[in-house]
Amino acid sequence: MITQFLSQMPVLLVVLPLLAAPVCVIVHRAAPSWFIYALTSWACFAIAFLLFVQVRIGGPISYVLGGWPPPFGIELRLDALNMLVVLLVTGIAAIASIYARASIAAEIPRERAYLFYAALLLCLCGLLGISITGDAFNLFVFLEISSLSSYSLIAMGAKRRALLSAFQYLIMGTIGGTFLLIGIGFLYMMTGSLNMADIADRLPAVSDTRTVEAGLAFIVIGLSLKFALFPLHIWLPNAYTYAPSAVSAFIAATATKVAVYALIRFLFTVFGAAYAFGQLPLGEVLMVLAVVAMLSGSVAAIFQTDVKRLLAWSSVAQMGYIVLGLSMASATGLTAALAHIVNHGIIKGALFMVAGALFWRMRAISINDVAGLGRRMPLTAAAFVVAGLALIGVPATGGFISKWLLLEAVMEDAHYGLAAAILVSSLLSVIYIGRVVEALYFRDPADNDGKTAEAPVSMVAATWVLVGASVALGLYASPLVETAERAAAGLLGSGA
Amino acid sequence: MTALWLPLLVALPAVMSLVVAVSGRWPNLREGVSVATALALLAGIAGFIGDVTAGARPSFTLFEILPGASLTFTLEPIGLLFAMIASGLWSLTTVYAAGYMRGNAEHAQTRFFVCFALAISAAIGIAFAGNLMTLFIFYEMLTLSTYPLVTHHGDAESRDGGRVYLGILLTTSIGFFLPATVATWLLTGSITFTDGGLMAGSGLGALGAGLLYALFLYGTGKAALMPFHRWLPAAMVAPTPVSALLHAVAVVKAGVFIVLKLTVYVFGVDFLAETGASQPMMWIATITVLGASLIAMTKDNLKARLAYSTVSQLSYIVLGATMASSLGILGGSMHIAMHAFAKITLFFCAGAIYTATHRKNVSDLDGLGYAMPITFSAFFIASLSLIGIPPMGGIWSKWYLMEGAADAGHIAIILVLSLSSLLNIVYLLEIPTRAFFHNPRPDTPRNWQEAPWACVIPLSITAAGCIVWFLYPLPFTALLSPWAPQ
Repeated sequence: MITQFLSQMPVLLVVLPLLAAPVCVIVHRAAPSWFIYALTSWACFAIAFLLFVQVRIGGPISYVLGGWPPPFGIELRLDALNMLVVLLVTGIAAIASIYARASIAAEIPRERAYLFYAALLLCLCGLLGISITGDAFNLFVFLEISSLSSYSLIAMGAKRRALLSAFQYLIMGTIGGTFLLIGIGFLYMMTGSLNMADIADRLPAVSDTRTVEAGLAFIVIGLSLKFALFPLHIWLPNAYTYAPSAVSAFIAATATKVAVYALIRFLFTVFGAAYAFGQLPLGEVLMVLAVVAMLSGSVAAIFQTDVKRLLAWSSVAQMGYIVLGLSMASATGLTAALAHIVNHGIIKGALFMVAGALFWRMRAISINDVAGLGRRMPLTAAAFVVAGLALIGVPATGGFISKWLLLEAVMEDAHYGLAAAILVSSLLSVIYIGRVVEALYFRDPADNDGKTAEAPVSMVAATWVLVGASVALGLYASPLVETAERAAAGLLGSGA
Repeated sequence: MTALWLPLLVALPAVMSLVVAVSGRWPNLREGVSVATALALLAGIAGFIGDVTAGARPSFTLFEILPGASLTFTLEPIGLLFAMIASGLWSLTTVYAAGYMRGNAEHAQTRFFVCFALAISAAIGIAFAGNLMTLFIFYEMLTLSTYPLVTHHGDAESRDGGRVYLGILLTTSIGFFLPATVATWLLTGSITFTDGGLMAGSGLGALGAGLLYALFLYGTGKAALMPFHRWLPAAMVAPTPVSALLHAVAVVKAGVFIVLKLTVYVFGVDFLAETGASQPMMWIATITVLGASLIAMTKDNLKARLAYSTVSQLSYIVLGATMASSLGILGGSMHIAMHAFAKITLFFCAGAIYTATHRKNVSDLDGLGYAMPITFSAFFIASLSLIGIPPMGGIWSKWYLMEGAADAGHIAIILVLSLSSLLNIVYLLEIPTRAFFHNPRPDTPRNWQEAPWACVIPLSITAAGCIVWFLYPLPFTALLSPWAPQ
């Protein structure tokens, strides 16, 4: 019984949220839906943890869906790389479940909350599916599940602009999804297979064709749209700004990270580093875009007046760090990218949670609105300070570890200009984080009722769990870095 | 004593800051906790003197942060000296701060004392750091924990001062120190402080080593080398006890201590002497010594003048490191102590004058010497020590610095040090002269007297320290015996 359960765990990651979503719709009420979401996300987190340990001990797991062996059936494939992503996604989902109840109750009409939780579960299902599937077409399907559900989640934002933002994201996201599908179609045309490992085996024979090159281009552009790589980022600031706070936190921490994971998977496992970065000049292209993203995103963040939009632009910049790391196509570079996927997911999740708590109190989130809240909401404001320091990359936080690894990667290859760009971008983040911190602590509140009113305990606690995780990963980074190193070695080994 | 004490001693002030926080309603208990913690810390550190003088290097590793980079505390002589001074002067400053903060009815006193304890914890962490990673963590902790102290008043002026403070210190540390550390890691495969340095076998040439050395020294923004010195005058918006302990002792000394530590344990004195890699920074330090003295002469605000004097004096210590001779290391290390006692006295006096008379400018101090004889006598003694005149301790460090310069063949440095002494006379002795020999301004009330005893006693003790270290410099030379003349 136990062993049967254990052997079915991989598919449960997808099946649990997928089945829980319609249950939410059936029960039709806010509180039970929340409970179902919380239960499912924590169950997924527990399963993810067990699988992580299993992969750590026993190596990669292959799960054959419905008993159809690959390459004909769908294969779920779990290795060090995607278990890292799955742990991040399920962990954020679980902590968001603590946070969401109070936050969503304040932002979404009670009678529609069940739809919100159903959509959130579908989004979780899609993200986990992308992460664990070993099948290229299946990845596209899960990407669409997560995208469609996130359009509806964003559209549930309180302001009417949320609808427009969701529509903008829908247009861009659909283009991205279509590009990905076209790319996968090209690969299928040339190899006759959809299983990633199988495609990887068959590609070298046909890799010099224009079709495969075009397929690579379509896949890279399609996925880049999904993780908002400069200049394909224009949907992101609006989407993050107008989404409900809990959605901003969840999507900012997970959706873009999973899309980057998918890119890493395609480039390194399917195409192979030698092809994408050796034969084709993809490394140079991504490197330039990453640097532009790092600098322009940070500069744009400095000039924002809305705290959520500021954080959104910062995300554009931070995605630049991740892409820069993977564009080096070296073991250290990939390690840095993978570590930053986790670190930035946690940090940005925490920051958006703080923004949500400030919004909960003030019903508005411009820098002027949050002025002087440092004394009224001491715990929330302090969480912003610590998470902000982590974003900057101050030592003893996760952000520092990422930056350390990234600097190591670029200096190893003697790219000193890139090192300077990383540092300049970090210093720009001091300015935009500093603007919010100064508003929180040095200015007088907009209204003068003078009372202390923290956000609800559940929201503060969830925020501090993520802040604490970020500090813990900064002080004791060895497990994360070792896992990332192993994943990077696996990617480069299989691609060579 | 076992090395397990090292992390405990670092944690002690941080843990006690929680006690300070909860005892905020009883000010006497709150300051009592701080003083007791400081004395316990001092005693704990002093327990290692015997072992370290005998040549032991106690070391304790807590855990591995990254593969190859752990959180490690290692005690060596210069760090021991720095930690003793920081914790010893902390106890006096707490007494002084109690008098100052209550005398001036400052707000948010509990936050003040909590941040103070955290800053000391960070300073001790820097002193004990066994590798560059540990050092960097506590360096940034020191910057961040002192930011609320600098911006204590919460007005526009302190916010602007805080921006400059944080801006320069974070920019230099993230912009220069971090890449320099990563480069060291890539070049040598280690970031652990090692006797004799790491660079010797790395194949690094003079140019590369010079660039890396410059990156490290400018990355250590707390050493206030020009042109990255502006944060120190900006930090003077803080209450005076902060300026006294942190911006004359703990923070700035952490900076120059790091310069010494990098010179000795990362680059290696011999390596620097062979390659001459530290010479460009030596000339930067001489420019800072003279330039800051010249600026100090133009400042009428007493604290601003003292701040520029600190910038100048810090570069004495950087000179000691960059001249790459063991006597220079000895002189520089001793100057950490000598300057600490002299400069904290000067700041204590400035704060006492402000508490008693609310005057901040040098030109307003005419004739105050008779109202506050103890304060201005102490100021006079400390000034003489900074100038380097017997019978004050400051002569010893200057003596060894000059001897080190002669040893390394830099006659120009001896001239610079002499010239700087003359400049010190001009801008420091003006103050006691005005106080004792000029007539008071007509609007000066007759009933002005000394500041509260809590302010006067600490400054008398530190002034006495300046004289004691002249008569009894043996502890320093014994502790710093690896660099002392045979």
